[in-house]
Amino acid sequence: MNAKHSTLIGKLSLLVVAMFAFGYALVPLYDVFCDITGINGKTASEPVSAEAAIIDTSREITIEFIARPNQQMPWIFKPEVRRMRVHPGEIHIMNYLAENPTGRAIVGQAVPSVSPGQAALFFHKIECFCFTQQYLAGGNDMLMPLQFYVDPALPAQFSTITLSYTLYDVTSQWQDSGQDTESEFGE
Amino acid sequence: MSTVTTADHHDEHHDHKPTGIKRWLFTTNHKDIGSLYLIFALAMFFLGGAMAMVIRLELFQPGLQFVDPQFFNQMTTMHGLIMVFGAVMPAFTGLANWMIPMMIGAPDMALPRMNNWSFWILPFAFLILIISMFLPGGGPDFGWTFYAPLSTTYSNDSTALFVFAVHIMGISSIMGAINVIVTIVNMRAPGMTWMKLPLFVWTWLITAFLLIMVMPVLAGVVTMVLTDKYFATSFFDAAGGGDPVLFQHIFWFFGHPEVYIMILPAFGIVSAIVPTFARKKLFGYASMVYATASIAILSFLVWAHHMFTTGMPVFATLFFMYTTMLIAVPTGVKVFNWVATMWRGAMTFEVPMMFALAFIVLFTIGGLSGVMLAITPADFQYHDTYFVVAHFHYVLVSGAVFSIVAAVYYWLPKWTGHMYDEKLGQLHFWCSLISVNLLFFPMHFVGLAGMPRRIPDYALQFADFNAFVSVGGFLFGLSQLIFLWVVIKCARGGEKALAKPWDGAEGLEWEVPSPAPYHTFDTPPQVK
Repeated sequence: MNAKHSTLIGKLSLLVVAMFAFGYALVPLYDVFCDITGINGKTASEPVSAEAAIIDTSREITIEFIARPNQQMPWIFKPEVRRMRVHPGEIHIMNYLAENPTGRAIVGQAVPSVSPGQAALFFHKIECFCFTQQYLAGGNDMLMPLQFYVDPALPAQFSTITLSYTLYDVTSQWQDSGQDTESEFGE
Repeated sequence: MSTVTTADHHDEHHDHKPTGIKRWLFTTNHKDIGSLYLIFALAMFFLGGAMAMVIRLELFQPGLQFVDPQFFNQMTTMHGLIMVFGAVMPAFTGLANWMIPMMIGAPDMALPRMNNWSFWILPFAFLILIISMFLPGGGPDFGWTFYAPLSTTYSNDSTALFVFAVHIMGISSIMGAINVIVTIVNMRAPGMTWMKLPLFVWTWLITAFLLIMVMPVLAGVVTMVLTDKYFATSFFDAAGGGDPVLFQHIFWFFGHPEVYIMILPAFGIVSAIVPTFARKKLFGYASMVYATASIAILSFLVWAHHMFTTGMPVFATLFFMYTTMLIAVPTGVKVFNWVATMWRGAMTFEVPMMFALAFIVLFTIGGLSGVMLAITPADFQYHDTYFVVAHFHYVLVSGAVFSIVAAVYYWLPKWTGHMYDEKLGQLHFWCSLISVNLLFFPMHFVGLAGMPRRIPDYALQFADFNAFVSVGGFLFGLSQLIFLWVVIKCARGGEKALAKPWDGAEGLEWEVPSPAPYHTFDTPPQVK
């Protein structure tokens, strides 16, 4: 095989490896892109500090709450109220009821999604049960609080924001990580 | 080079050629490997076709008659995988192996041993894929697009075999692509400058780059599916912080260039056949090269048009809608160039030309339905309906497959040394043309009316159209048996073919005798 071939094969093989790596690089790139633009309806996974925002009393935003356990998740999971009307800037607390009807302890992780997606950047959580995994012993129930406010900078075209939580059973991951088994929110 | 030395060379090499099965197992000859690829592709075409017949049989009437839904899903999945990776892509690679060295005046492909390897791993990939159907739980049933979580959370245990098979297919394609690029870049005969390359060579060069760019991404995404399913990663699992929509982004980043991988060589074939039978030079050679390159570049910027209904923001849908529509421009350049080539040409209508003409018309229909699908608000209506099925079968069956059939008829005299049976060929063409339209055209209507794809049952109002489509499907399947017969008959004998059986043909491949000797261009020709 002559040298001309080898150089070209080397370059092309490098391209193959680079593109394989690029496929994997798309995973973090996608997350970063969605975080910056909020286009995927993903809300921040970290709490924001409750800043004294100016309350915009001139308009009301309807917040709709959807909660559903994933198919493999046996918990009963629902919001206390289905919808709420809020002024942008007002801090509200919303409780979600979780009940574990099984006889064994299960750990849940809630994953939020905001619709319309672009409103996700303007929906701020001061405290949320979705930031951590939730432990619930068999037969018990608990209230899981969410403290939030809507950014007064929310563009005028949004009058309704739907916040949806899907609850997943992550008991296996919990045991692996060997974390403290007490939920910070208690029973 | 004198005829005497050619003959000497010839004999010498014949002595080294192993006989029987060993000749085929150990061959490093580009013509042998090209033949192997083409025969393999034909076998897979009939296997995938048989699966399509099962699908059409079940859809002949509403209700469930012949197969249960899970098996139906396996049929749609396997049909797609086999036709894409087993029939169309290997057929183009086979044509590349046979024709590229002869077209550029090279004695063989640049990397003959790798060439042997890249073919011979392919049958094993498909063996693994087909075996997976006979395992408990059945084979892959999540569609050839294997969307997560269908392929992760909800798939059966044969998924590991599916992933392994796709990896092997990908390695085979990448090796084939590297070989094509090295051959074209380094082994052109003296005087064969870039802008003298036949368009089939140009389109294949660009296709090979697309393959190298996207097959590794496919390998990555199937690996993510594998680790999500078996090794507790969460690339596409929301519970672990992943996102199932991410799957679609990565998959279609591969998937959209992939559709151009399956059509660019077809453009090259049609650009070879139309000038031959119109007896004119190809109109706008340079613009054809630039159009091919533009399509390849744009193909990386349109992937999310497969995902308009996933809830993308308006800006993104607009971006992908406009880039998609932009592709119609270079494609239109090509179609107009072919038509302009025929304008006032002394045309004759042998079988290759008939298939090339049908390609131009029917591919354009498929292209136009593609523009319809690119319109975001309209796509909300068309998404996942039979309209999409009609669209991609127009571009892949009456597009890619017709071009491959045209290429086989066009170069068969060169390969076998015999002319094919023109009457049977014409019969094959007309049967295929009529049945392919019976088969795919009504799908547009049921799709617009809302019939979803990949479902074994349908609402009663679609019954007549579906019966019609199924009859078209059976006829199309049967018509391909004529093709098989023509090819076998031609390989066995027939009227002796001249070195240049088509009087309007141009190119180095017609300067060697028919059948092409085992070794051609041992001494590079001088291109004027």
